[in-house]
Amino acid sequence: MKFTIDWLKQHLDTKYDDEKIIDKLTSIGLEVESFENQSSQQDEFIIAKILNAERHPNADRLSVCDVDIGTKEVVKVVCGAPNAKKDLLTIYAPPGAIIPKNQMKLSVSKIRGVTSYGMLCSESELKLSDESEGITELSSKKYENQIGKKYFKNNSSKVIDLSITPNRADCLGVRGVARDLAAAGAGKLKKHYQKKIKFKGPQKIKVKITKEKNQGCSAFGSCLIKGIKNTESPQWLKDKILELGQKPISAIVDITNYIMFDLNRPLHAYDADKINQGIIVRNSKKSESFEALDNKKYTLQDNMCVISDKSGVLGLGGIIGGTRSGTELDTKNILLESAYFNTKSIRKTSKLLNIDTDAKFRFERGIDPDSIEEGLLKAAKLIQEICGGEISKLDVQKNETSKKLLIRFPLALFQSITGFKVSVKEIIKILTDLGFVVKKKSNDLNLIVPSWRPDILQPIDIVEEIVRIKGYDQIKIELPEKVREKPTLSKQQKLFHFLQRSAASKGYYEAITWSFTDSKINQLFKEDKNEVEIVNPISSDLNVLRNSIFSNLVIYLKKNLDRGFKDISLFEIGPIFSGHKPGDQKTVLAGLRSGKISRLNWIENERLVDIFDIKRDVIQILVETGFDQNKFHIVDKSPSFYHPGKSGTIYLNKTDSNPVAFFGEIHPNILKKIDIKTEALVCFEIYLDNIKETNKKLKDQKTQYQYSDYQKSERDFAFVIDKKFKVQDLVNIISEIDKNLIKSIKVFDVYEGENIPDDKKSIALNVTIQSSEKTLTDEDLEKINQLIISTVESKSDAKIRS
Amino acid sequence: MSDIIKIKEEYLNKLKDNLDHNTVSNLKSELFGKNGKISNEFKKMGSVPVEERKKFASDLNLIKNELQSLIEKKIQDIEINEINLKLQNEQVDVTLPERSFNLGKIHPVSQVIDEISSIFSEIGFSVQEGPDVENEYNNFTALNTPDNHPARDMHDTFYLDNKKKFLLRTHTSPVQVRTMLSGKPPFKIIAPGRTYRSDSDQTHAPMFHQVEGLHIDKNINMGHLKGCLNYFIKEFFEVDKIKMRFRPSHFPFTEPSAEVDIGYEIKEGKIIIGEGDKWLEILGCGMVHPNVLKNVKVDPSKFQGYAFGIGIDRLAMLKYGINDLRAFFETDYRWLNHFGFDPLDVPSSYRGLSR
Repeated sequence: MKFTIDWLKQHLDTKYDDEKIIDKLTSIGLEVESFENQSSQQDEFIIAKILNAERHPNADRLSVCDVDIGTKEVVKVVCGAPNAKKDLLTIYAPPGAIIPKNQMKLSVSKIRGVTSYGMLCSESELKLSDESEGITELSSKKYENQIGKKYFKNNSSKVIDLSITPNRADCLGVRGVARDLAAAGAGKLKKHYQKKIKFKGPQKIKVKITKEKNQGCSAFGSCLIKGIKNTESPQWLKDKILELGQKPISAIVDITNYIMFDLNRPLHAYDADKINQGIIVRNSKKSESFEALDNKKYTLQDNMCVISDKSGVLGLGGIIGGTRSGTELDTKNILLESAYFNTKSIRKTSKLLNIDTDAKFRFERGIDPDSIEEGLLKAAKLIQEICGGEISKLDVQKNETSKKLLIRFPLALFQSITGFKVSVKEIIKILTDLGFVVKKKSNDLNLIVPSWRPDILQPIDIVEEIVRIKGYDQIKIELPEKVREKPTLSKQQKLFHFLQRSAASKGYYEAITWSFTDSKINQLFKEDKNEVEIVNPISSDLNVLRNSIFSNLVIYLKKNLDRGFKDISLFEIGPIFSGHKPGDQKTVLAGLRSGKISRLNWIENERLVDIFDIKRDVIQILVETGFDQNKFHIVDKSPSFYHPGKSGTIYLNKTDSNPVAFFGEIHPNILKKIDIKTEALVCFEIYLDNIKETNKKLKDQKTQYQYSDYQKSERDFAFVIDKKFKVQDLVNIISEIDKNLIKSIKVFDVYEGENIPDDKKSIALNVTIQSSEKTLTDEDLEKINQLIISTVESKSDAKIRS
Repeated sequence: MSDIIKIKEEYLNKLKDNLDHNTVSNLKSELFGKNGKISNEFKKMGSVPVEERKKFASDLNLIKNELQSLIEKKIQDIEINEINLKLQNEQVDVTLPERSFNLGKIHPVSQVIDEISSIFSEIGFSVQEGPDVENEYNNFTALNTPDNHPARDMHDTFYLDNKKKFLLRTHTSPVQVRTMLSGKPPFKIIAPGRTYRSDSDQTHAPMFHQVEGLHIDKNINMGHLKGCLNYFIKEFFEVDKIKMRFRPSHFPFTEPSAEVDIGYEIKEGKIIIGEGDKWLEILGCGMVHPNVLKNVKVDPSKFQGYAFGIGIDRLAMLKYGINDLRAFFETDYRWLNHFGFDPLDVPSSYRGLSR
């Protein structure tokens, strides 16, 4: 919503200066976006200096000039003026500028093979004088220091641009803004003065609003103005229209626009001679069409509110008129429309047809239904003053009369909501100034809501009116109490935060990527999950919700590889999706590592990251989280995007049905498809939802503190066993033998090759044996040794290696 | 001269020279070994006449002690010498790089969420979360934003079905709805999380983060709202004083509604929060609309309170001097390294939010 201070002062008697008005607007909820001189076409013309002028290679009379326009780069301009010489100060017009003399818009163009960026202007082209011989010559004394500055001073009055919230339809007109300011003590709202009109005869064009379901129009006011002479608008009106940032068209159109911005009362003018018999306001039928004033043809659907005549659709009520009945400069007789259209109907139609106009913007927010006559009268009188003609009596057709809303406002509500007190007297004054009809009844106020405030529906809205006019700075600060009655985080939330920092402490950088991704990449990681499409994605490569965090993480890994990084560790903790309903999501921590460990290290040997690096990370995270590694069960099945032979699945317990984590290398086929070039890439995922909550705190899960001071012994074993046999199973067999004596088992060598059959491997283990009751004798130790060997040999096909 | 004096003279003489460890050890055993010269003298003790025995014993012991301590010292000197000699060959260049250690980084948004949670935890808010995918009712209708309401235009919504029933939440406010529907007042929660709008340019990302706040009880008024936010902003920016301005605004789900600006100035290209005469909008808030309370089965004649919504990414940008919103989500390793936080930096009230 744009207007000047002067325009505001047509409605508001105020002693406030500009700055105070601006502050007041903001403090009552009419946010000032900007307060600046309106930009004008003249702003484009810039003081410039010719740095060099050479003869055009293909034309004797033209020269090619290097021009300094105050920017870093010098521009090239082809110029035909004989006085275009080195060091001349002149006026430059860039591409896009409109030359005042001929209204020509400049563009970058080739002149005889040389590209010219803009133009150097003569005085006559700028309408400074009639001098058209050569370009403008500026005195170097005066202008030497102003290169790059605007040539024309901007004397236009300053324009206020308000950002009006959707509830404040009434402030989409200058008068509404003035009313609010007056209520807030910024001045007095001027009385509305309507010049007297001599009506000539009735409005002869019959108007009918059909009675049907979903009728979007409830009232249609009109008058006929005959014998006018449409013309260019007078300067004052043109200026107003320009202030709004719009283009003057003709007196009739400019006046209807002016009234719309002045009173928030949209109007429409028809060429009365182009209306075929009467006006019918009705619902459209599917596939009816018309050409609108934006020169586009619209095909309608059922139940759109149209203004029509016998020949068909004239326009979309409250949204846009049609070309068939549009006014022209030679229009003699006009029918002026001032109607009320239903907000929902306007919104629905304009959305379906994708039309946005100033009228639509106002109608969908709700204009004052009681302003039909006022708008007609004010516009008709102005038209008569500028274009002449005779005004008919007003005709108002109504399907329903607008009802005033009554609100009973309990005075105590104000303090209860805002925490401070305002006297009843002041409350009444504020509301009265805002246009409410107020009657006090014991502890309540009986209020009639002004017709221009469709946003006010219940007592809480009244509270807002009073508090915003009083000023939010009146609200007293109540300091918060430092009391906590409930825990801040739930168990699951604590787990989230713990895992996040645990992963970061393993060398991973946390990433946050979109929840959506490219379906082509997502396909590779989605497994059996449903693809969840976004109906209106911002781009085709962000068109589905991610089924896996890797769908995004690999994309960003690739981008970092492209940036020249090689050894990358990234993780993200966040949602993955499996459906389009609330709750079809899981929280996952996913990490990946690429490249080498100790690359270019003088002391350590460099090597590729491998599955056992990532396994260490994921196991360590789980252990830090509070789980017992001895209970973990690891199997070698994992989702298909992992390397089938180099990946695994972790269960917290052997009996669990849901795995908590996966780890391994990414399938080489996928790397090929995404075209990721890295020496090595391993990754892991932890599924937070599969980690069961326990009510026990960590301290309560711990076993009693026990230790043994008796001597411990270590024994090494090497078993030759089937290649496919899992070390985990071997370790389990041994640890099950005697949980009291066998304290730990370490795998210190795995060997395949010479001296071992092809389908076998040798596993070397170090077993620590210690009793908590006594020092073990050689015999005791020998016994347990034998037991380990015999148990392993009997429970597997292993043989002790001699 | 008696034997023992001779032995003494002889060995004192021998030990004068610069000897190595081995030679000294040999001398030692020559004297004190099983058949060492001194040991043998002791063995002779019995054959010494009684009247001389005492003196002999005393002399012998003196000689033994003198030689012994001389040898010990000699050995010690040699050992110290040997160590010193060894040390001369054991010099490393300590300026060579240490073995590498990789510590990861926490994303600034995560860090700021922890900071926010820590601040609100102090005044009794607990953290609630809701799903990223919402239904149209929780995201709009329940929040007093019916279909065909112009306010819906202000949220460019990602839809997941053609009937526009399911969507990516455009704000964290649906968590209010879920929280109130599933419990009984009083409510005192914050809800941080991802939010989505189909808007993408230099200052808008299609995904961003918000934190919702909700406090519903008896007698909660706008003064409490002001106090809560004043406290939060001061704590968050870790300043003693903060210039704050509440301005009337409009959100369908609050009435009265406000936007909050904080004062700032630009000094040497850096934004300084809390001073200066420029205003920066940082959040929207208001008293929860009675229609919303009715929708979630809370009686507005008994309970009332406030709600607010703050852009987390923006807070992070302001506090940590990050210029570009889009960079948050681009996973540039250099950016993460530069703006990320040490995982050991867990924000807490007693240790301070940030270092």
